[in-house]
Amino acid sequence: MKPLSVPDRLTKNRFNLDEEESHIEVNQEIAKATGTGKAIVACCPAHVYTEEPDGTISVEYAACLECGTCLAVAAPGALKWHYPRGGFGVQFREG
Amino acid sequence: MTETTEPDFEVIVIGAGIAGCVAAYQLAKQGRSVLLIERGEAPGAKNLSGGVLYSRGMQQVFPDFLQEAPVERRITRNYVNFLNADSSVAIDYKDARLADPVNAVTVLRAKLDAWLAAKCEEAGALIMPGVRVDRVLTEVGPDGPRVVGVQAGDDELRAQVVIAADGVNSFIAKDAGLRRQDPLNHLAVGVKSVVKLPRETIEARFNLTGDEGAAVAVVGDCTQGVGGGGFLYTNIDSLSVGIVVRLDDLTEKKKVVTDIFDHFLAHRFIAPYLDGGELLEYGCHLVAEGGMAMIGEIAMDGMLVVGDAAGLTLNTGLTVRGMDLAVGSAVAAAQTIGSALDRKDTSKGALAGYRQRLFASYVGQDMKTYAKAPSFLEVERMYKQYGELFANVLYGTFSLDTQPRRHLLKVARRSLAASPLKMRQLVKDGIAGARAL
Repeated sequence: MKPLSVPDRLTKNRFNLDEEESHIEVNQEIAKATGTGKAIVACCPAHVYTEEPDGTISVEYAACLECGTCLAVAAPGALKWHYPRGGFGVQFREG
Repeated sequence: MTETTEPDFEVIVIGAGIAGCVAAYQLAKQGRSVLLIERGEAPGAKNLSGGVLYSRGMQQVFPDFLQEAPVERRITRNYVNFLNADSSVAIDYKDARLADPVNAVTVLRAKLDAWLAAKCEEAGALIMPGVRVDRVLTEVGPDGPRVVGVQAGDDELRAQVVIAADGVNSFIAKDAGLRRQDPLNHLAVGVKSVVKLPRETIEARFNLTGDEGAAVAVVGDCTQGVGGGGFLYTNIDSLSVGIVVRLDDLTEKKKVVTDIFDHFLAHRFIAPYLDGGELLEYGCHLVAEGGMAMIGEIAMDGMLVVGDAAGLTLNTGLTVRGMDLAVGSAVAAAQTIGSALDRKDTSKGALAGYRQRLFASYVGQDMKTYAKAPSFLEVERMYKQYGELFANVLYGTFSLDTQPRRHLLKVARRSLAASPLKMRQLVKDGIAGARAL
């Protein structure tokens, strides 16, 4: 099977993007101070998080597969993460 | 019991996964008024599993489950694989008895859960998809807070009992104070691709006929030494292929989870299974791996917690279970709620029977039996050195290089001496494994 990048893999999924509301918010100071930033970049299977050259973490919430791994590894206060509003986000057809 | 507002339903179930649907179905069958709320656009849209459902419990709920439900293949071949970079040692267990009666099937949850929700609807439950429950409504009761309903956006819906079936992250159980944040060694992340292949190709590659299926479980190089494993399950015309890695080990070793997954897919002994396949879907899921230690409070005034939300998953090294435990917990919850509603008492005391029923059933019994499995599976040696040792012993046996042969025991001793493993570790792990698994 051809190796695919994570963004290419995500194009196979169906998403209902919530254009009005992100369900993820990073507290940059706490994320940096606690190492949460690097940890969530590494553990997210959808590559939602990217470390920018200035050390801040950017968030591509539209790619989120809603597993909750980032929240589990995040230090208290570093990350606000909840499920997208009803009907939005990834919609699995296989599962 | 005084009610400030007349409840809208007898039971509200949060989450149309396996636990939520089975509980809603059984309560609707009892003639209760049931609302099943699902945040996905349709039931199943948010749900994902590795793919093997041990189906006997489900067949007790739905006698025609295997004929009616959209299941993929009946598992008749269990292939347990120690994988090294350049070698692989496996137990290949095939058994016709596993097909009659059927013991396990592969499933794809978007399809299965849609079917389950349709059964709930047939039985009289009201399904509300596309709605996220934000929190439970509580009132001050005699024994602390009492759950009286749910809030979803601006809507408040009231019920005599709420069932939290909202999955492994269970914000509902956490908000209600029933579950705390789990330690990282009790959590793992699963990453999975569903890969389309012609059914004849699957049957040829896995040596299957008809609707037979294979479950391949892999430990070792597939996770680059991180605690966890890989899997490969056959569906009718696709494969579910993935890894599951423990979060404490993943973060400690500073590995990138997608690098591990890519490494597994590209492994010389895994890639041939996937050759020519086309990716259908890419997903991931948090997995509770703490076993017995993760089950906390699962009942309070007006609410029960079931399935993944209650921490009911079990990794015994050979079998990885969750969906069958979800079924069992839902059955116990529906029975308990039925008798509580009959007595018009849904207090914590009246719902306490849930825990007793759960622990009298296969769910609680098995959680207890395998209580030591999680810490045994945290032993690092499982994920690298044992696989290499097994392969070296076999290499010493099969590689006839015209040198005089040595007895197997001698080959094994030499391989052990050359490996970082010590005899006392081998003995210790052997005893611990025998006790834990």
